[in-house]
Amino acid sequence: MVPVENYITLSALLFVIGALAVMTRRNAIVIFMAIELMLNSANLLFVAYAQQHAAVDGQILVFFVITVAAAEVAVGLALIVAIFRSRGTIDIDDLSQLKG
Amino acid sequence: MDGNLITFYILAAVAVGAALGMLFSKSAIYSALFLILNFAVVAVFYLILGAPFIAMAQVTIYAGAIMVLFVFVIMLIGTEQLAREDRLIWQKPLAWILVVLFIFAGAYQLLLVGITDRVAVAFPGDFGSPVEIGEVLFSKYLLPFEVTSVLLLVAMIGAIVLTKGKRKKKI
Repeated sequence: MVPVENYITLSALLFVIGALAVMTRRNAIVIFMAIELMLNSANLLFVAYAQQHAAVDGQILVFFVITVAAAEVAVGLALIVAIFRSRGTIDIDDLSQLKG
Repeated sequence: MDGNLITFYILAAVAVGAALGMLFSKSAIYSALFLILNFAVVAVFYLILGAPFIAMAQVTIYAGAIMVLFVFVIMLIGTEQLAREDRLIWQKPLAWILVVLFIFAGAYQLLLVGITDRVAVAFPGDFGSPVEIGEVLFSKYLLPFEVTSVLLLVAMIGAIVLTKGKRKKKI
């Protein structure tokens, strides 16, 4: 059995890469995919600890996270498509109208 | 080093490599494909960790449905033509500094403080099987499960309303 520290490290690495993509990339779709990567790294940790404690609750929580992620992706991509229709770009540095 | 650990390191290398590929590839469609690879590897991790149901959900919902949606939207709005120059030049260094800080904080916690709640529990034979998941899901977590259906309905309606566009009035 692989010690849980390995999974913590892997999950942290994936989360960091996702956060880095959110902060450095400018394409809204890629940023959105990076958010999925971060959710996924948290899920991996949930399942690792579910095995560690032999409790199935962690897996149930992952199930809910996947469901919420699906809903979030549907709405988020619809928003991106709507923004692209009205403004003609999804470069998030260009979408700064709220700055005044 | 035993076989489990070797398998873990190989899979972890593939997962991190795919994530890095997502981060660094210029084209959005390559990012999406790398992310699919990452999701597939994480599904294998779920199988190793005794969660076959979650692994299947990961493959069908994440790598299947969600990523198909992503690829569809990328195809719909060709996203490759972003402006070349970066206007927020302080953003990248700041991101790297924050990431290094995060890694140091995590390494400090992991190496010096250590994991305290280590529990070694014997596994039940059918741990994480769809039967067990279903039993817990429909007894202990019944209310959240039902609320999920409302959430999905709202998301579906919201997506349709947002992407419908303006239609001309019929007489």
